[in-house]
Amino acid sequence: MRQFKGRVVVAGACEAEALVSHVGFNTLASYQSALQFGDKEVKCGDQNNPDLYKKPMLGKALCLPQTIGSTTGGMVLYGAFSKNMQPACMLFSMHIDPLAASGAVLGAVWTDVKMPVVDQLGDEFLEYVQTGDKITVSEDGTVTVHR
Amino acid sequence: MELNERLQAIERGEEGELLQRILKTLVLYGEAFDAKRMVPVTSKYGHTVISYGLKALGAVMDLYDQILEAGIPEGQKFTADPKPLDKNVPSNLLEDLVFKKFMYTDQDRFEAQLRKLGITSDDDYSCACYLDQVGNIPEKGDVLSWAESSAVVYANSVLGARCNRNSGILEMMGSILGYVPEFGLLLDEGRKATWVVEVRCKNRPEAQLLGSAIGMKVMEEVPYVKGMEQWLGTELDDENKAYLKDFGAATASNGAVGLYHIEGLTPEAKEQGEKLIVRNPQIYVIDDAELERVKQNYPVIWKNPNAKPQLCFVGCPHMTLQQLKDWTDAVGEGLKKNGRDKVAVPTVFTAPIPVIKEFQKTMDSVYLKKYGVVLSYICPLMYMNNPLCKKKAVITSSNKLRTYTSARYYTEPEILTIITGGRL
Repeated sequence: MRQFKGRVVVAGACEAEALVSHVGFNTLASYQSALQFGDKEVKCGDQNNPDLYKKPMLGKALCLPQTIGSTTGGMVLYGAFSKNMQPACMLFSMHIDPLAASGAVLGAVWTDVKMPVVDQLGDEFLEYVQTGDKITVSEDGTVTVHR
Repeated sequence: MELNERLQAIERGEEGELLQRILKTLVLYGEAFDAKRMVPVTSKYGHTVISYGLKALGAVMDLYDQILEAGIPEGQKFTADPKPLDKNVPSNLLEDLVFKKFMYTDQDRFEAQLRKLGITSDDDYSCACYLDQVGNIPEKGDVLSWAESSAVVYANSVLGARCNRNSGILEMMGSILGYVPEFGLLLDEGRKATWVVEVRCKNRPEAQLLGSAIGMKVMEEVPYVKGMEQWLGTELDDENKAYLKDFGAATASNGAVGLYHIEGLTPEAKEQGEKLIVRNPQIYVIDDAELERVKQNYPVIWKNPNAKPQLCFVGCPHMTLQQLKDWTDAVGEGLKKNGRDKVAVPTVFTAPIPVIKEFQKTMDSVYLKKYGVVLSYICPLMYMNNPLCKKKAVITSSNKLRTYTSARYYTEPEILTIITGGRL
């Protein structure tokens, strides 16, 4: 078990299984197919992301450096919130990027969904955490990786 | 967050609950980046990345309905990204059914919303809103509330305007409120280059391949690109602007670049030179071997990687008038060389409606039609955004289209060879 302390972007607590992307998470490429065709598991559609491609994202603790790609990113996340297709939480090793922040804020202000978002967990977090690890997120931005 | 008197009144709810929530959204967004204040949007027009009435994004339209019903005072007028449908673009019956009955069922509803919210014209749907014919051209130093990654990176880098990589919906909220949080690319500090890219290729690199390599390497950081002067010179003429349009789109979609500087060419690099570079930047050297390595690593996700191309898209981002003319000439020469009258692969060139209207006044448009090339205002990305297209062998010279769809990337000379019936 290891603990990492980050900055709270959207407060909340949760427990979920880790899904880890070591490369930038392309929100549009990852979500567009699942959103459009109502994939119940919300499988990642980003062919350029070998860590996540075709893996289910629904309800996972999404561990990532940052999001990349189209500026529809925040809107796409908002679309995921509105259909309850969002991850359990988003855990960023780096500072959150504007597109992910937009999505997180839109979700927090305009929907009833509670999805904790923590950033600045550090490179070590992303080096340590593995897909399948159990993750606990606390209100104060402490992320515990159980293995 | 420092708020002026008007924003404080909005924060107290004195201009209605909805505007209060819009402000709250933008303030929280800014606080994630330690923004100290909200600053006025100074450009004449906004630009929205959302142009499609996708059934799956009904929540966005519901939100816009709320905004319209609340009777919020009219905000800044804006242009929008390209539309997803055009009957001129080849599609079969099944695709038409999927487009109209399952995907873009709310297109008319959404376009009506954009009219009410303030789109400048029904012709102004283009990702390249900054082209002269469309006319959404911010001044240097203008603060923008735009979204569309390729337009934002162009506005920052080539025009010297100031805009963060805002998301769809938030850009509209900034245009409605007339304020955006000040952070990142709005600040001098955020516009400094943290990477130096040294280009050491033998010939001018393909814009979309160079942009892809840089985007994948620097992600969201700001690159200062050296070594391009031998090909681009020091003047931002139409040819260079078109090159930088395509280059920037690839940096933004293959990575998350919102601003780049080209030594001796882009406005801030011209003014400030290497003062724009932070101390101890990271270095990335690009030569022909590196570009080839990047290209070879693109996954080919066609079911049959050796399939004969069924459709070709050129123009993501939308083409300029000169690009249309140059491509028309090149296609004509290629066909002649290969002893053909028409293109060997159904081909679509995409451009803004006002550019198409200008092009249609020239003889080139007659030739292009004769060659069998379809000219459209469509967004190729939105067109390909369905599972049927995954089964189709689509080729493109756009690295953005490659990133988001199953389209296979080829360089412009390769595309030209394929569509004119030659052999690679």
